[in-house]
Order: sequence, then C-alpha cells, then structure tokens
Amino acid sequence: MLIEWLSTAEEQTVRLSGAWCAESVGSLEKEVDALVIPSAVHVWLDASQVTNMDLTGAWFVRRFQARLDQCSTSYSWRGTPPPTVEFVQHSLERDIGSDGNGHRDGLRAREQLGRLTLNQVESLREALDFTGRIGAVLRRAAGSWRALRAASITRHVYEAGLLAIPIVALIAFLISVIVAYIGAQELKQFGGEVFVVDLVSVSVLRELGVLLTSIIVAGRSGSSYAAEIGVMQLNEEVDALRAMGVDPVEVLVLPRILGLVLALPLLTVIADAMGIAGGAVLSWLVLGIPFNQFAVRMQEALSPTTFWAGLIKAPIFAILIAAVGTYRGLQVRDSSRELGRLTTQAVVESIFLVLLADAIFAVVYWEIDF
Amino acid sequence: MAENNANLMESTKPPLMVSVRGLVNRFGQQTVHDDLAMDVYRGEIFGLIGGSGTGKSVLLRSILGLRSPQSGSIEIEGRDITQMNRAQLLKVKRSYGVTFQHGALFSALTVSQNVQLPLAEYCDLPSQVLESLALQKIRLVGLDDSAADKFPSQLSGGMIKRASLARALILDPQLLFLDEPTSGLDPIAAAAFDDLLLYLQKSLQLTVVMITHDLDSIFRTCNRVGVIVDRRMISGTLPEVLKEEHPWIREYFHGPRAGAVRDAVLSSSVSSGV
Repeated sequence: MLIEWLSTAEEQTVRLSGAWCAESVGSLEKEVDALVIPSAVHVWLDASQVTNMDLTGAWFVRRFQARLDQCSTSYSWRGTPPPTVEFVQHSLERDIGSDGNGHRDGLRAREQLGRLTLNQVESLREALDFTGRIGAVLRRAAGSWRALRAASITRHVYEAGLLAIPIVALIAFLISVIVAYIGAQELKQFGGEVFVVDLVSVSVLRELGVLLTSIIVAGRSGSSYAAEIGVMQLNEEVDALRAMGVDPVEVLVLPRILGLVLALPLLTVIADAMGIAGGAVLSWLVLGIPFNQFAVRMQEALSPTTFWAGLIKAPIFAILIAAVGTYRGLQVRDSSRELGRLTTQAVVESIFLVLLADAIFAVVYWEIDF
Repeated sequence: MAENNANLMESTKPPLMVSVRGLVNRFGQQTVHDDLAMDVYRGEIFGLIGGSGTGKSVLLRSILGLRSPQSGSIEIEGRDITQMNRAQLLKVKRSYGVTFQHGALFSALTVSQNVQLPLAEYCDLPSQVLESLALQKIRLVGLDDSAADKFPSQLSGGMIKRASLARALILDPQLLFLDEPTSGLDPIAAAAFDDLLLYLQKSLQLTVVMITHDLDSIFRTCNRVGVIVDRRMISGTLPEVLKEEHPWIREYFHGPRAGAVRDAVLSSSVSSGV
C-alpha cells in the first residue's frame, strides 16, 4: 500500500508510505490512478512514512496533485514536503497542461500525394545520376589499370562467386530434379517420357540456370553490398573517402559490379551443369533412361544457341544486382533502421529487375528467333 | 566546492558504493590489470584516468558485468557481482545508469523513445506516463522539450551526450557510470556538462564514476580520482594524487596542458581556506 485515504470526522488525510521510486513504478501507477477522490474537501498530504522518494516517485505525487486540482480538492502538506517533489515542481515542470504531446497534425492527403510524386521524380533522377556516374568512372577506369582495382575485384569474385558455388549447385540440382519429376509424371500419359530430357535441358540452359543463380546471388551478394556500404555510410567512411578525393563509385561500386559480372556467368555455368546432372540422375532412376541415351537425346534437343541464350543474360543480371545493391547502400543515412529498410529494398528490387529483364529477353529472343 | 565535499567525506567515511579488490584482467599473454583495487564512496564523483591502452574501459566493462575478470571481486553496494547469477546481476544492472562514449543512442528511435526504453522494458506503463516521465528526464539534463521528438542523427554532439545521460537517469539510479562524457565537446559545452553533472550530483545525491581525459573536467568535478598506472590503481583526492612521484602522473598533471588549470584550481581552493 503506497497511498491511502484516511478519513475521520475532523479531517481527511492522504498517507503516502513505502518506496516511492522507479523500482515500484508499476504499482505506483496503478494505486495513484485508482484512488477515488471526493471533490471539494481539504486533505492533508502526509509523507512521513515514505522511505524513499526519487524523481519518478515525485512525478507521481505531482500527478496525484493534478488529479486533486481537477476535483477542486485543496491540499496541503503535513510537515515539510519531500525535497524531490519541490525539485520536480520548481525545476522540471514548465506547463503541466502541455505535458505529453498531441500536436503532430498529419499531412493532408493532397499534400502527401504531391510529396510522393516529387520523391519519385527525385529518386528517378538520382538513379539516372548514379548510372551516369558508373559510366563515367568506367570510362576512366578503362584507361588505367590502377582505377580498375584488380585486387578488390578478385575479392568480390571470390566472395560472390566461389563461396556461392555449393548453394547454387545444390539448388540448381534440386530444382531440375523437381522439374524433371513433374515433367515425367505429365509426359508419361502420352508415352513421351523421353521428352523429359528436352524439357530439363532446354529449361535449365535457357532460363532456370541463370535465373536461379541470379536470385540466389541477389539474396546473398546484393544484400551484403547494400549492408556493407550502408554501414560504411553510417560510420562516415564514405565521406572520408570523398574528403580524400577518392571517388566512392570507383572504389566501392565498380569493383563490385565488375566482380559480379565475372562471377555470375561462371556460377551460371555451374548451375547449368548441375541442373543437367539432376535431370539425368532423375531420368535414370525414375524413367530408366541411361546416361548415354540422355546425352544423345539432349544433343538432338538443343540448338547450338541454347546454352548461349541463357549465359548471355548473366552479365546483364549481374550489373542489375550489383548496381541496385551498391546504390541502395550509398543511400543509407542516419539510422540502423534505414540500413535494414534499404538492404531489404535492394534485394527485392534486384530480384524484380532480374525478372523484368528476363521477360524482356524472352520477348526479344522470340522476335529474333534466337 | 569539490574539495569541500571531499574533506567532509574523509571525516565521516560514507559507505562504499563500488569496491574492487584484487582484480586481474588478461587478454591472452597480455595482463591489463594485476591486483587492482578501487574504492568509490557514496555521493562522490570519482574520475578514472589513465593513458590509452591502460584498461580504463576494460575496468568499466568489468564493473558493469559485461566482462568477467580472471580473478578478483567487484562489489557494488556491498554485493559481489562476480558471484552472482543472471537474475541477481540483472537487478544490479537496473540499479545503475551508464552512458557510453559515443552516446550509443538507438538511431532508429527518437530521443523520447530512447529515454523511455529502460522503463518500458522494466514494466508496463501507459504511453502517456512513459512520455511524461521521459520528458521529465529530458528537462532534467537541460535539453529543450523539442528535442524529445528528434532522432539521434539530428542532434549535436553535446545534445547526444545529454540525451544519453537522460536515458541513464530514467530509472533514477543512485550510481552513474560515464565513459568520457565531455570528449568531443567544445570547451563551453564541456563546461556546461560539468555544471550539469555537479547540479545532478547535488540535487539527486548521485555517486558518479567517470572515465575522462578532460583535465578541466577533472579539476572542476571530481572529488577523488583513480589513475591506472602499471596495471594498478593509485587513487585519492586531487592534492594527494598530485603529490605522487610516478612519472606518468607527473607528466599528466604537470605537463604543459595541465599547468594553468591546476594552478588556478589549487590556488582558488587555498584562498578559500580549504
């Protein structure tokens, strides 16, 4: 019991007792607000039983006094008021009425629409600006070995490429097993099991190999580019580079883009090989097609361009993934939440752009009969 | 005035707030602390001094229970934290406030949300109560009400230090640990922070342990100081420590940057009859 209302015939007393401090803040809040206050009387406040009154406790005393005022109940202290209450009252309160804020008025809908549009235009302009700067730096880098930063590119080929081999290989293998399995089930109805070979080899080489690899790499490396550069941005490391006269696009962006342009096609070749292997293994196990027959059938199914139709997309996808990742990383400002938001955005956007580009490739291939 | 308090304390011997005995901290082959002892009495401002790499931060992390030392005892208000289980340690951790060198405000939260956080974690309160209690502490550290809705990235260095102090004070601790509270502030802001610290210590009877390199701050605020030299601590009131013969201490307090401050402070304390 921290607060008690004692009433006798002659007088009303509110006795505060125990520890009025931050430790008991939960019970203070409940008890102070639960106390029923009769209106228009005079009460004595008695703090003689209080063992400890800190600023939090004093705040609750002031809150209680405000409630008394509201009920137009007058009060006075029996004995001296606790010094912390005096301190809070005189040093830390400005206008009790304005405590807590409800003044943030929302923007009107029209205004918001306008801001949104302007933001979109601005971000489009920034993206174009970024693309232009990559182009400019690339031109400069083409003229000198130093600006190309071979060591840095090697690191990114290693991290985005070599280290991704196990996961890319595993996923390519599993997906082509799934495709082959579903294909076999459907094609069995027409007695055309052997066309599973066509299905697997064409779909893996033209689409699935490069697409799956790109999506995995967007999740692995696109996010790491955004996070890595984002933290550098938060630590003012990017500003430090700029202040030294070093172009962040040259040292941070270009090596990542070039590294991924090298790594993604190599990963795609591995994904293609593992995909074909998955199809072959399933055809042998489920349909009883031996490996040599699988190979012969595959050669018949493929045109000379099938493999290249898939592989040629890889560098384009690589540029998209690396550019979006680094771009979003460089946009990080001020807070850890921004870092998380932009990293997520980098991955989502790069996957979206990869799929969009793939759709465009499909249309173009159709038109030129590739 | 600082000297006044110190003398008063010597005569009455207030209870120990922090007491470290036989502390040993090692990183691999390197021994940072060897049989280090440190005492902080209730109600004083204790300055922790030492060159770079002498383990001031390691000592602070040990006292805060963020690092277990190789051996030794660390008592906070008479209870040894090295012997505690998780629940007991948590209770002790809630009894003191800490500010970190760079503020360590959560960048995704506003100042008000930062200050509320320890309280909101501690118990369920209506948001209006939380906000209002946070505002109390924001005012206590001398920040303007308008700072409450700002994000850390919108604050100046001095405001970050103050906001982080407000967060350390939200649970009304008796004991405060400050890691370089005035570093990175201009002399005016640093002096204002010293004033704030003295004001808080006086009005809330706080015990403060602070790591600092700021000589002005040491002479203005600290009742006693502890210097880490040769993996141990030499501590005492400022005049006592100034008499020490250790070369690092002589260099520190009698170097070119210390002279003027020391003379000014000591002469004023002599003239005021202490």
